Amino acid sequence: MAVTDSLSRAATVLATVLLLSFGSVAASHIEDQAEQFFRSGHTNNWAVLVCTSRFWFNYRHVANTLSVYRSVKRLGIPDSHIVLMLADDMACNPRNPKPATVFSHKNMELNVYGDDVEVDYRSYEVTVENFLRVLTGRIPPSTPRSKRLLSDDRSNILIYMTGHGGNGFLKFQDSEEITNIELADAFEQMWQKRRCYHFSFSYNELLFIIDTCQGASMYERFYSPNIMALASSQVGEDSLSHQPDPAIGVHLMDRYTFYVLEFLEEINPASQTNMNDLFQVCPKSLCVSTPGHRTDLFQRDPKNVLITDFFGSVRKVEITTETIKLQQDSEIMESSYKEDQMDEKLMEPLKYAEQLPVAQIIHQKPKLKDWHPPGGFILGLWALIIMVFFKTYGIKHMKFIF
Amino acid sequence: MGLLSDPVRRRALARLVLRLNAPLCVLSYVAGIAWFLALVFPPLTQRTYMSENAMGSTMVEEQFAGGDRARAFARDFAAHRKKSGALPVAWLERTMRSVGLEVYTQSFSRKLPFPDETHERYMVSGTNVYGILRAPRAASTESLVLTVPCGSDSTNSQAVGLLLALAAHFRGQIYWAKDIVFLVTEHDLLGTEAWLEAYHDVNVTGMQSSPLQGRAGAIQAAVALELSSDVVTSLDVAVEGLNGQLPNLDLLNLFQTFCQKGGLLCTLQGKLQPEDWTSLDGPLQGLQTLLLMVLRQASGRPHGSHGLFLRYRVEALTLRGINSFRQYKYDLVAVGKALEGMFRKLNHLLERLHQSFFLYLLPGLSRFVSIGLYMPAVGFLLLVLGLKALELWMQLHEAGMGLEEPGGAPGPSVPLPPSQGGKHTGPRQGLDGTEAGSPDLPSTAAGLHRPHQLLTGLPAGHHHGAHCCACQASWAPDPLCCPAGADQPGSHAPWQPVPVAGAAGGATVTGRGLAALPGSASPGCAGAPHLRRPALPTAVPGPLPLLAAFLECALLEVRSACPGWDRDSPRTPFCLLLGK
Repeated sequence: MAVTDSLSRAATVLATVLLLSFGSVAASHIEDQAEQFFRSGHTNNWAVLVCTSRFWFNYRHVANTLSVYRSVKRLGIPDSHIVLMLADDMACNPRNPKPATVFSHKNMELNVYGDDVEVDYRSYEVTVENFLRVLTGRIPPSTPRSKRLLSDDRSNILIYMTGHGGNGFLKFQDSEEITNIELADAFEQMWQKRRCYHFSFSYNELLFIIDTCQGASMYERFYSPNIMALASSQVGEDSLSHQPDPAIGVHLMDRYTFYVLEFLEEINPASQTNMNDLFQVCPKSLCVSTPGHRTDLFQRDPKNVLITDFFGSVRKVEITTETIKLQQDSEIMESSYKEDQMDEKLMEPLKYAEQLPVAQIIHQKPKLKDWHPPGGFILGLWALIIMVFFKTYGIKHMKFIF
Repeated sequence: MGLLSDPVRRRALARLVLRLNAPLCVLSYVAGIAWFLALVFPPLTQRTYMSENAMGSTMVEEQFAGGDRARAFARDFAAHRKKSGALPVAWLERTMRSVGLEVYTQSFSRKLPFPDETHERYMVSGTNVYGILRAPRAASTESLVLTVPCGSDSTNSQAVGLLLALAAHFRGQIYWAKDIVFLVTEHDLLGTEAWLEAYHDVNVTGMQSSPLQGRAGAIQAAVALELSSDVVTSLDVAVEGLNGQLPNLDLLNLFQTFCQKGGLLCTLQGKLQPEDWTSLDGPLQGLQTLLLMVLRQASGRPHGSHGLFLRYRVEALTLRGINSFRQYKYDLVAVGKALEGMFRKLNHLLERLHQSFFLYLLPGLSRFVSIGLYMPAVGFLLLVLGLKALELWMQLHEAGMGLEEPGGAPGPSVPLPPSQGGKHTGPRQGLDGTEAGSPDLPSTAAGLHRPHQLLTGLPAGHHHGAHCCACQASWAPDPLCCPAGADQPGSHAPWQPVPVAGAAGGATVTGRGLAALPGSASPGCAGAPHLRRPALPTAVPGPLPLLAAFLECALLEVRSACPGWDRDSPRTPFCLLLGK
């Protein structure tokens, strides 16, 4: 009896010990997970969606932007985190036979305007200056909150631009342009502000999508890290529009965004589709132009980047029934500080694209520019001088020249 | 000396020009004609294309289905018109109001210049009726016009019917961004002109028109419609306006795209469109169309009431329905759909049509020749005139130079009378010698004052023509008679009798001035009447001496060193101006 008693007691002790050990192991596992939770890449998502062209026949640009807005909102980014800039009002244009609607599919299948569209920058407020101010945060203090991009260094930002563009520029409102260099500099400003805490108008990772003619020229000049870019056409190609709607009388969407929209309609907040699928979205057979992308500045491999990292606002939620005992604050701060130091070390090999080919400039001989015969004004001026000379002194002096 | 002031070289140049002139003229003329005929061939003629972005390439769906209504309106209109004999204004007002437009009328009257002053002139008076469809959601800043001109006879009733049916259809749409004015005018072009003048608040033709009660904003485009039958086999479009003005090519392109979309048969100048431009038939037909268009433009008449809109920079077309003996006929619905499509596209406009060409020629509805390509043909033809003028001028100078030279210049068409030539070899040579050798007379161009010499036979030294032009206030040059002090006494010794005689009769110079007109001999200087004979053959005194006389009055170079002249005659301001 005593033996069984002792045996049972030993068994319970063993069981308790085992349980405790398991518990502790499990507890440490949970704590690791908790630490992981605080150390993940981004914590919030922002979206800046810009339509830069006005007039009724540019209906499709507004429809493009609104369809991306719709997907982004559906996947979870709230209006407070979306800056929507529309250069013209198509829904209430007197030429719209269906007022208060903007359709993206013909036969009025899909109304992207809806009831809950919040346009932050409208009509003539969509200018290059305002756009750059939004990105870099240099906004007057009186600007309402809905017009600010209050991103921090843990924000993933999606920037979508559409309109009429050319090689190296994008046309705003039929009166001004933004160049690819200005855009690259704005992104660099955002990157440089990473050191600051708290609404520093920077970014963790940035996805830039552009749907214009010769769109690839806009991302050629980026040189800040952590930027991934997609464009609807290469330099020298035009992005084409998709379907005309005879009832409305205009083209409704551009091809590239149309297929992106169809692709995004399949995504839900839990999907695991990655960026590589987005790169395949509009092949040349459907789009007629060749979409391009740029990933050399991005740290992670595109196949590890989820669509919802940029298009959705996925809250990381881990459900656990156990109690987690977190370490004291100071330790967490220290560990995170150490991490930052580690990040600093990691930062060194971050890629910066070559902006100024200094080596070329210093060490190479200047390239001989092709000689062109003088034209225009100079030619006219010289002709005038020679004519006057010969008129005064007679044409026989020409023999001294030739 | 320079090329043009050296007499030797100048003569050579003149000879060259004169020799080459005739062939050059012929060549230029032929080139002009050939270029014009070549306008219809592919490199010079291009396909039309839509230049305006806002009108774009997207078609709109037409939903007009009011064919029956149009025909009913047309019948009513014809009946009322026959009953009243003039435009049934009250009926039109009532109907337009029932369709939903804002209706206004305008009365006008005009006294025609017929028959003449002795009889009472015809007075034309009439009333225009127009209805305005206001844009539902836009400010009424711009408008489009659909007009039907109604003459005195009962044509165009189907056009009125279609206009009313279209108005009813348009009234039910909400996508209009511009007002649409539906205008029915009386007396054809007179009514249209009265309306336009009142609309733009001008009065250029002397029409008395009552001011308009209702306006709709700046007119962006207008379409005039002429239909006289219930069914049509083709639609003819007229573009030539008043004084040959043309609407913007985009409007024609718009019409052409809707023709193609609706499968309508559309003609230009009443001719069908050639499909095949590669073989010879197509271009030949195109040439006919082009020449017809040129003739129509040249006539200056507006070929339709659209022509009057063009003057106010409103792009306008006239569409005529033609009912001929073809098999396939289109009813009013087809025409109405084309018009509906056109108006919907014009609704998309943001600015006036300005992207496409304003001056062009049309070998066909889908081909055009821009002014940059047909102007060289006209240029070549005008070059002939320029070359001829140059030849005339050169001839005059040659004639003048031929008077002085010993052997006479070979080229000029002015043969010297032998008596003159023989007698004046000496002094002329001397003159030449002095001229060539005296660099202090740089302004004595070799032949510039010759023309007046042709007339009067005076030596080179005296430019009386200019002097007398001003002094006597008549263009007739002072004849023959030099004042007493010749500039170069030595060389002018043989001429002395003439001047002396002339000086003696100096008081009567004025009277004789007129007598010195070509062909008449002045009695005062009888001493050397033969001197006065112009170097031209007397059989042809006519244009050349007159021309010469004109020329000398306008010549810029005057002999500056003219001491005798200075002494004897006061310089007038005019001569001063010329001389210095």
